[in-house]
Amino acid sequence: MLKIDHQICNLCGLCQKSCPFGAISAGEETVTVDERCTLCGACVNVCPQAALSIERRQASPEELARYRGVYVWSECEERGKHLVPRRVVHELLSHGRRLADRLGQPLVAVALGDERMQELERLCHQGAERVVCCRHDLLGSYSTDGFATALAAVVAKEKPAVLLFGATPNGRDLAPRVAARLRLGLTADCTGLSIDDQGQLVQTRPAFGGNIMASIVTPYTRPQCATVRPNVFAAAAPDTTRSVAIDNFPVTLAKASIRTKVVEQIPASVEGEKIEEARILVSAGRGCGEPSNLDLVRTLAHRLGGTLAGSRAIVELGWISHTLQVGQSGTTVGPDLYIAVGISGAVQHIVGMSSSKKIVAINKDPDAPIFKIADLGVVGDALQILPKLLDALKPGCP
Amino acid sequence: MKIVVCVKQVPEITHVRVNPETGTLVREGVASILNPFCEYALDHAARLKAAGPEIEIIAVSMGPPQAQSALMRCLELGADRAVLVSDRKFAGADTWATALTLAAVLRKIVPDAGLILVGKQAIDGDTAQVGPEIAEILGMPQIMYGVEMVLTASRRRIRVKREVESGYEVLEARLPALVSASKGEALRRMPSLADVLSARCRELRVVTAADLDLSENELGLAGSYTQVVKVFPPVPKQGGRKVEGLEPAAAAGEIAAFLRSEGYA
Repeated sequence: MLKIDHQICNLCGLCQKSCPFGAISAGEETVTVDERCTLCGACVNVCPQAALSIERRQASPEELARYRGVYVWSECEERGKHLVPRRVVHELLSHGRRLADRLGQPLVAVALGDERMQELERLCHQGAERVVCCRHDLLGSYSTDGFATALAAVVAKEKPAVLLFGATPNGRDLAPRVAARLRLGLTADCTGLSIDDQGQLVQTRPAFGGNIMASIVTPYTRPQCATVRPNVFAAAAPDTTRSVAIDNFPVTLAKASIRTKVVEQIPASVEGEKIEEARILVSAGRGCGEPSNLDLVRTLAHRLGGTLAGSRAIVELGWISHTLQVGQSGTTVGPDLYIAVGISGAVQHIVGMSSSKKIVAINKDPDAPIFKIADLGVVGDALQILPKLLDALKPGCP
Repeated sequence: MKIVVCVKQVPEITHVRVNPETGTLVREGVASILNPFCEYALDHAARLKAAGPEIEIIAVSMGPPQAQSALMRCLELGADRAVLVSDRKFAGADTWATALTLAAVLRKIVPDAGLILVGKQAIDGDTAQVGPEIAEILGMPQIMYGVEMVLTASRRRIRVKREVESGYEVLEARLPALVSASKGEALRRMPSLADVLSARCRELRVVTAADLDLSENELGLAGSYTQVVKVFPPVPKQGGRKVEGLEPAAAAGEIAAFLRSEGYA
């Protein structure tokens, strides 16, 4: 339950303003909380006096069993004038459907945004029984505080058994915040999810840069929370015959409770599509020698209708933007075709691209680890091979 | 103003190998280093201090006694003092238990910290969770993936340029706040001999479980909400064909033929 230390409370009223459920009233003499409180923790987090706390005890198996359903945070991205769910959400719903079926429980998508949100019916077509939809002007663009408060409110009220996030930059920003607020276990960057015989979520993830895999369970807390890498699960084709249910979930958010302010946005110069969603990637590494040689790699990418990407090494050298970085500390990609040019294939790179369907590698070092996973490996100097390859790809060449 | 930098000692993972028979990590002979992203965080702290000499930088690390060497490196890189949070009771902590312990340390030792800096992730676990969890427990705003940071003259706010998927954005937060550091303009640098010598004179204190206001069932494995049930080597992916010793034109021909057979050209 929510505990209020009346000795140190100074009746500032911030808790009342921050409560998404209107459960707190701060009067002139005391603060009271009523039965609408769901223990979502929004007030605890804003109290400047630290006068509020939540007593949580270890839940019994019977209590844990009351948490039901697989919930997926449906992160949206801007498309034109609208906000629409991004691809990783469809991937998570497709796999979430299997988990929900195994548990015999519903699959639910949670969409947070403003009036511009669209294509929510697609979430049901992708496998969800229903969509919990929170629309608020303050959710129009991502903020840690706004989204954490809204999502914690949904979770505290709906009591899911499983809560999944795409391991995108915002997903990895939001998930630990919500998990810590609700005192929940959280597993980062999963590459596998299954349900064991006890109905627990088994979360598998790489550690030590992909040198080893670990399977992890969350025995004591519900929901069991995990972030999942994009391009790990395949999105099923949407089934437009599935019925659509969208439930509005009203939340109260105060502008003052969002403690960060966007001062400026600086878009990177865009090279083709987002690498997370590209079908063809031609990726450059330090073996390309110098930044001017990237033109050759870029030309090959364009010739194939693909996008330029690169290794952490060349991002850190400043040759390309961080938005193009493939790997553990960059983006996990899974294109149909991945051509690695002058990339030796450190484990951190390989975990970020090994789900590519076909891999071609060009490298001078015959022992480069990238050759262990390449469908076609060519030992040689990429700078000499690429011009010949561009010639060979000209229309009319055999 | 006090800036706390939370750091982690990690194995140099490019050298980590897995014993194929037991499926466990072979850690013998693998060097331990200060996590590179933590080093960037420390560099950002040093830059802020260069613009505001009254700033004190405190490096904090939770780990086994040998993590002291990572903190020694922090002192060489510009931290004014260091705190090692070490106790066998902390062993086996997941990100939640780690964050809870570090938050308790910060409340106890640096309750007036204006800024907490962390690396964007550690290269061994790669979770990027401990920072945001500390921020939530301490009730602070957070800004992730920072590459440039400036404090306002009043020291009430921080302005951070951060990496986002579409490029960069500049966010401002009031202090105290937690900021995670990506590489950005920061550079890993070699400390000078003078840095190394003066680091030896700075304070490095050890904090144990007995110093904290936490009960034993909140610490380490007992206080962790997640449990590792199995560790195993990744399934090796089968490579395909490798061609060697070809002239550039012939090599290019191989690739062109492959792309055509797959329908890409």
